[in-house]
Amino acid sequence: MGLTNILILTAMVALALFTVMTRSLLRAAIGLALTSAVLTVMMFRLGAPLAGVFELSVCAGLIPVIFITVISMTKPMKKEEAKEFAIERWSRFWILPIIVVIAAILLFTAHIKFDAKLPPVHAESDVRDMMWGARQLDMLGQVMVLMAGAYGILVLFKEMKKRW
Amino acid sequence: MGSLFILIPLFVFMLINLPPRMVMRKLAFWAVLALMLLQVGFVLFPSLSSFAAASGLFRMDLAIDKLAQMCLLSIAAVTLAALLTGRALITDENQSCNFMNLLLLVFIGMNGITLVKDIFSMYVFLEVTAVSSFILIAFSKDKDGLEGAFKYIIFSSIATVMILSAIALLLLVAGDTSFAALRAAIKLHQNSHVIMFAISVFLSGLFIKSGLMPFHGWLPDAYSSAPGAASVHLAGIVTKIVGVYPLIRIVHSVFSANVSTNNVLMITGAFSIVVAAFAAINQSDFRRMLAYSSISQVGYIILSLGCGSALGLAAAIFHFFNHSIFKSLLFVNAATVEAKSQTRDINEMGGLAQRMPVTGITSALACLSVSGIPPLSGFWSKLLIIVALWQANQYAYAIIAVMASLVTLSYMLTLQRKVFFGSVSNSMKGVSEADWKLLMPSIILVVIMLVVSLLFPLFLNTFLVPIGGI
Repeated sequence: MGLTNILILTAMVALALFTVMTRSLLRAAIGLALTSAVLTVMMFRLGAPLAGVFELSVCAGLIPVIFITVISMTKPMKKEEAKEFAIERWSRFWILPIIVVIAAILLFTAHIKFDAKLPPVHAESDVRDMMWGARQLDMLGQVMVLMAGAYGILVLFKEMKKRW
Repeated sequence: MGSLFILIPLFVFMLINLPPRMVMRKLAFWAVLALMLLQVGFVLFPSLSSFAAASGLFRMDLAIDKLAQMCLLSIAAVTLAALLTGRALITDENQSCNFMNLLLLVFIGMNGITLVKDIFSMYVFLEVTAVSSFILIAFSKDKDGLEGAFKYIIFSSIATVMILSAIALLLLVAGDTSFAALRAAIKLHQNSHVIMFAISVFLSGLFIKSGLMPFHGWLPDAYSSAPGAASVHLAGIVTKIVGVYPLIRIVHSVFSANVSTNNVLMITGAFSIVVAAFAAINQSDFRRMLAYSSISQVGYIILSLGCGSALGLAAAIFHFFNHSIFKSLLFVNAATVEAKSQTRDINEMGGLAQRMPVTGITSALACLSVSGIPPLSGFWSKLLIIVALWQANQYAYAIIAVMASLVTLSYMLTLQRKVFFGSVSNSMKGVSEADWKLLMPSIILVVIMLVVSLLFPLFLNTFLVPIGGI
């Protein structure tokens, strides 16, 4: 594993930890976007540009924008509440960085061997054919996931819109 | 033909959301009702749908075997019951229409899970069902509902990550995600650590989705906090289709009989049966008691599946079907009692059978069936499970199954006594029987239960024997 990959992985894990542990929702949303952006870089380096593009546009772009939009509708905590919340959060998550470091050391030293004979990866010559032909059912399913999500926003937030 | 089970509901979903909204809202109930009946018709009389078999518009690799047929029947019956319950309990026309739309989305997701032949497609439809179910739980937008939905989201997301990671590892080894390719790859690399790790992660993910102990943290809250009609759907069929059915399908079609997998299934199943049954005894909330009972009954399904025999598989599917019917019936009754008495605390109830005779009788029949009292359907499926365990030389598990059934009988009779028997408590004096709209789903479900109980030999020969190839 090259030094660049180690640096990218470390940055990704550090940003993911920041996302989970920060007390501000806004910072967590930004942390998520940055984690996804670093993951995109990793995907490009691993030769999966299409997955990288999806990751960048959806996980680093669209989802944080939705989160930030919703967060802007919420009332921020008072200073004392925020302090109390931060202490409670630390008491819950202080073990997380330690677990990550121990897991990293163990995985690095374990020399895990993939004993299965992995077949060579065959990228489809035409992505459109792969998505709309071979994986047509999955595309339909994903359209339905989006439809369900959109319908959920409509059902759960419509009254809020009226109140505003 | 399989694509019809996805495309027709999708078409109905789009149709009932077209303008003019006022007209479509009024038609929505009848359209969804017709859809459920059509699904039952398509399953029982496959020739009905043969006209569309040659449709080349969509390339969907779907399969309808006897296992899928049983699930499609359960899905249609329970969704019909939830639809009728929702119509009776949700008075606001707008809310009612929203509920039907969500019910339809969950329905499409469940049909997809049942019919696919590819593990990644199964994951996609698991997500369709899960996302729609979160919204159904939070539908009432009260604190309890949002908390229940939040817990479900968190647990479900953990399970999703596990399932997706396992699929990625299996794809690495097999180079494809179809059941056939995975089965061949697993057979070829039997001692591969990657495959063993992927299988264990995949099973753990599905255990969380099934709400089996000790992965059940979300289930009692989700079942008890969801709106009445949504809880019928969630407890009756959704949890089984997103958790138990994939377990049965994958173990049957992909992993095949394997001693380690079977042992894990039997240990988890027996643990769930016993611990959840004892946990149910101490509950005072009507729906929470039913939720723990569900965990225990799902344990029976998993225990039977772990036998690894054809009879064990058939018994698991039969108990799956029976449980979806009698547990939906109990949740319909819980919703009815709650709507009439404005409480879920069984200690505050008493003597309701005098005020609500139809609800009392249907509830008593469902309780007896859950407990495995002959000649009700629950007795036949539990009998098959115990015979399958005995034939597989799993005597200890067979004894556990019998003893736990006695515990089930004990808490079910306690529930029935506290809610329906005895003299009417002071706070329940003003309670009256529900109207026919709310009684309809109970009556339909109790009729299905009695038909299956009395026509068990026909049911066995038509559906169960072909499943197991007994």
